[in-house]
Amino acid sequence: MIDLLTSNPGFIIILAGFLCAFIPVSEIRKFLVGAAPIAAAFLIYTAFKDPDAAYTTVKAGGQDFIVNRIDRLSMIWGYVFCLAGVLNAIYGLHEKCKITDSSALIYMGAAVAGVFVGDFLTLFIFWEMAAISSVMLVWKGGENSFPAGVRYLAIHVLSGVLLLAGAIIYARSNGMDFTMGEPGEYGFLGLDKPGGLLLFLAMGIKCGFPFLHNWIQDAYPKASITGTVILSAFTTKLALYALARCYAGEDILIYIGAVMTCFPVFFAVIENDLRRVLSYSLNNQLGFMVCGIGLADMSGKFGELAMNGVAAHLAADVIFKGLLFMSMGAVMLRTGTAKASELGGLFRSMPYTTIFCLIGAGSIAAFPLLSAFVTKSMILTAALDTALYAEGYSLWVVYAMLLFASAGVMEHSGIKVPFFTFFAHDSGKRVQEAPWNMLVAMGLASVLCVFFAFPWGGYQFLYSLLPFESTYEPYTGNHVVTQMQLLFAAMLAFALLKKYGMYPDERRAEILDFDWTYRRFGKGIAKWIDAMWARLSANVGVLRKNAIERSGRRLYQMFSPAGTFSESTPSGIAAVLTGGMLVLLFIVIYLS
Amino acid sequence: MDFLSFMPEWLITHGAAVLVIMPLLLGAITAILPSERLAWFVTLFVTVFSTVTAFAILLVIFGGETQLYKMGGWDPPHGIAYVIDGLNAPIIFLICSMALLTTLYGLKSVVAEVEPKKRAPFYAAFMLGMAGLLGMVVTGDAFNVFVFLEVSSISTYVLVAMGASRDRRALAASYNYLILGSIGATFFVIGLGFLYMETGTLNMADIGGILRNLDGGSRVSMVAFGFITVGLGLKLAMFPLHLWLPGAYAHAPTMVTVFLASTATKAALYLMLRFTFTVFDVSFDYVFTVLTFIITGLGCAAMLLGSLSAIFQTDARRTLAYSSIAQVGYMLLGVGMLTAMGLTASYVHVLNHAVIKGALFFALGAFWYRYGITRTEDFAGLGKMMPWTMGAFTLGGLSLIGVPLTAGFISKLQLARAALDRGWEWAVVVIMVSSILAIFYIGRLLLAAYFQSPPEIDGEVVERNEAPLIILIPMWFLALLSIGIGIYYSDFVVQLGQNASDVLLQGDRP
Repeated sequence: MIDLLTSNPGFIIILAGFLCAFIPVSEIRKFLVGAAPIAAAFLIYTAFKDPDAAYTTVKAGGQDFIVNRIDRLSMIWGYVFCLAGVLNAIYGLHEKCKITDSSALIYMGAAVAGVFVGDFLTLFIFWEMAAISSVMLVWKGGENSFPAGVRYLAIHVLSGVLLLAGAIIYARSNGMDFTMGEPGEYGFLGLDKPGGLLLFLAMGIKCGFPFLHNWIQDAYPKASITGTVILSAFTTKLALYALARCYAGEDILIYIGAVMTCFPVFFAVIENDLRRVLSYSLNNQLGFMVCGIGLADMSGKFGELAMNGVAAHLAADVIFKGLLFMSMGAVMLRTGTAKASELGGLFRSMPYTTIFCLIGAGSIAAFPLLSAFVTKSMILTAALDTALYAEGYSLWVVYAMLLFASAGVMEHSGIKVPFFTFFAHDSGKRVQEAPWNMLVAMGLASVLCVFFAFPWGGYQFLYSLLPFESTYEPYTGNHVVTQMQLLFAAMLAFALLKKYGMYPDERRAEILDFDWTYRRFGKGIAKWIDAMWARLSANVGVLRKNAIERSGRRLYQMFSPAGTFSESTPSGIAAVLTGGMLVLLFIVIYLS
Repeated sequence: MDFLSFMPEWLITHGAAVLVIMPLLLGAITAILPSERLAWFVTLFVTVFSTVTAFAILLVIFGGETQLYKMGGWDPPHGIAYVIDGLNAPIIFLICSMALLTTLYGLKSVVAEVEPKKRAPFYAAFMLGMAGLLGMVVTGDAFNVFVFLEVSSISTYVLVAMGASRDRRALAASYNYLILGSIGATFFVIGLGFLYMETGTLNMADIGGILRNLDGGSRVSMVAFGFITVGLGLKLAMFPLHLWLPGAYAHAPTMVTVFLASTATKAALYLMLRFTFTVFDVSFDYVFTVLTFIITGLGCAAMLLGSLSAIFQTDARRTLAYSSIAQVGYMLLGVGMLTAMGLTASYVHVLNHAVIKGALFFALGAFWYRYGITRTEDFAGLGKMMPWTMGAFTLGGLSLIGVPLTAGFISKLQLARAALDRGWEWAVVVIMVSSILAIFYIGRLLLAAYFQSPPEIDGEVVERNEAPLIILIPMWFLALLSIGIGIYYSDFVVQLGQNASDVLLQGDRP
């Protein structure tokens, strides 16, 4: 039992989660929430020292489940998840909620466990476990969140079912082998393999591919304050890991990723709910990584650079996106809203939160000395280099799209979020500074944002965790100047638009995204069924009433729901059925 | 096998006969006992004794032996032989141990559910029912099967009708069960008559040998097969012959419901396996066709329609009863595959389902015991009112759905693997869909229990009132066992299933 528990670093977190469900004392729960990821990180550390010994399979019901397997790719994902877990634990210290503590731990544990499993069946188990436990966090967001949670759950269960179906088809073509490639083998599965498309779709849904992305902006902003922070770290990143493991170097991912980086920009610029803006920007950052996975063709020249970029950007993204969500959460806790139209001028009353939010915004926008400056550039450089050596212009278009998206990030996450919250016109709100535990969590995240891009030993440390050896040199004059030009151009554009009143005002409005089509469509169908049902039941009601009137009270007593006979089927009918069954069997026997 | 060294030699030698005769004799005596407490102690003694004996026999059989016990020393095929092999030893143990657990549970629940003067006869009928089921499973003589089938059925009708003091609808349900059960038994005995006509013997092994020599026999044995399949199909609640089951399960006393749900249909399924694979043989065209097309089809229909009906029930016991029909569908699907893996999966599910459903019905009985709850909408807040009972119900429910690390997962995984192995991808889809439906009918109850607040009576929230310990013990034993099977003992259970499928497919070995 102990062996099994420690075999996969995620299990210990899941166990802590189940324990939390039964512990009435908030302090003990909080201790577990913080300690479990640290213990898991330690397990990862020991497991990686001897990967062969860490390899564990469990046989259940005649099927082998590879519950633990470690290589450099899963290692960095695991560390990042544990780190995010610790930050979230500190951030949520003030909240006394058994369900949040327990489901957050199970959710995080499932994500960590999912990263270390070695076959699709086990992955499926944690895939669904992550979905089911995380929906509790959405539901904790208040009354409006219930339908969003149901939609979220439906989409994720669908994704899991697709994953299982794809895995079964894949395994059948493969002699019932569910293994996810060899350790250290990235991109073993192609779209052309049997079941490849289904698996791709399953991961795509969870990863927020264009047109499959709506659940992110639907559910995340509706979750509870701590819930959103926790959610932003794990679900999509688990899918990203699976994508990197299975489809690294798949060309189509380059274009999907490029589209993913661009389209959220437009929605984010006009959106009013700032947590929703951040959800769009989450989607946009995922785009960079998906694109990087597409570029990570291991046989190509720049595959290793791209893969390193993806892993590094993942680490940076989890931290700075968490930081931004944390700062919005702190604002929401104090003011009760995250709508741009109702906020403004908060820097007077929440100075520390303002500084941390600015650091997060600078990181996501890739200011020099802040994390994305190093990590995103690795992906961009891989794209540029691949484009230089490739024939045709399609990759140049991709590169241009990525550049546009970088400027767009600056626009909506780098400027819009802090500007409308902490500056802009004064909303007159005078509130307290965020609670100390939130400030500590945001402070730590800010330090990490700086550390990951620190030229003297900071990014080198990050490099040491990457899947491949990295020689990328971020602080060249060329790179710094280019990046500054891009950022200042974006700032200038914002300033000009704002000055001449052309920037979309922060208004209370709902934006319709692509999900409008299917929600509208689904609602139409539901309405139609409802109308038809109403008519049908009305008609049936009339018929029933007539029947009752005709056949009198006596019959009603026998067959109404309260009567004796409506419950159990009369034995006569059953006897006739039995006879019918016998005849059917005789016919079949006669024909055979 | 240290355990075996404690067992007296004669008990193992004569175990097969003792298992059947002891409850028969003591059952008759119990009927006239003056005190219900005394009757309970006699029942407890019988069930403990039988469980220990059955366990010893299971260990002997697990070592690879087959026991042949000649009644009165008469050699088969003229005398009656009791045969215990890898196929029925686990079922025998299942029946005995479930009888023991339900007896423990009955100490409190029977007092609550059965009228005082009927309690001693209740235990008598219970023991007769147990003797009948054991006899059905242990005997190697076809006519003897019929006799014990009737013994168990008649006592079961009585037991179901005893629920009338709790719920008058038990009488209608029992009557319904009586009519249909008698039709089933009649069909079965007609089939036996035809078989006797064809082969001139009633010993099952003997019939099997003769039929194989005749290469399946003439029309007469085909007709016999049809009658026997339908007759047993009725007993095991094969869709659409399940109509007796929901009423009987819903209105019988809890102790009886648990015992029926986890043993009666299982014993009938065992007979179906025994008859189709060892008396008849799958190499006969008609057996092959019926199993592949009819049994599989009905199994799938049961999985889907049974689960759907379960979703729309307003009575929690009916929900579980319809779920049982769906679970029988899983077992039939496994049988219909006609492969070793399919049979193993089916057999594993027989054992696992007995454990799971036992735990669930125990919990439902406890809800009734404390609060009189059977309707689904009354589940609101039960997570706070009876946390331990609801905990066991939750574990059982998760297991029924087939969540990993539970017994239900093991059997569904086995079944899905067997389906893939057979090349039936569609069957995997059916299993998935049916499992998703199970999420709905179990999830509906769990959501109400945990996410709604307890009802208020006269402005005061209903207080917590946990079930008594003697009810919690058997319930939690089964609930933990279903988790234990999922984590530790899956290999053992699968091994039991493989032993059974070895026995069944012996005939086809070169």
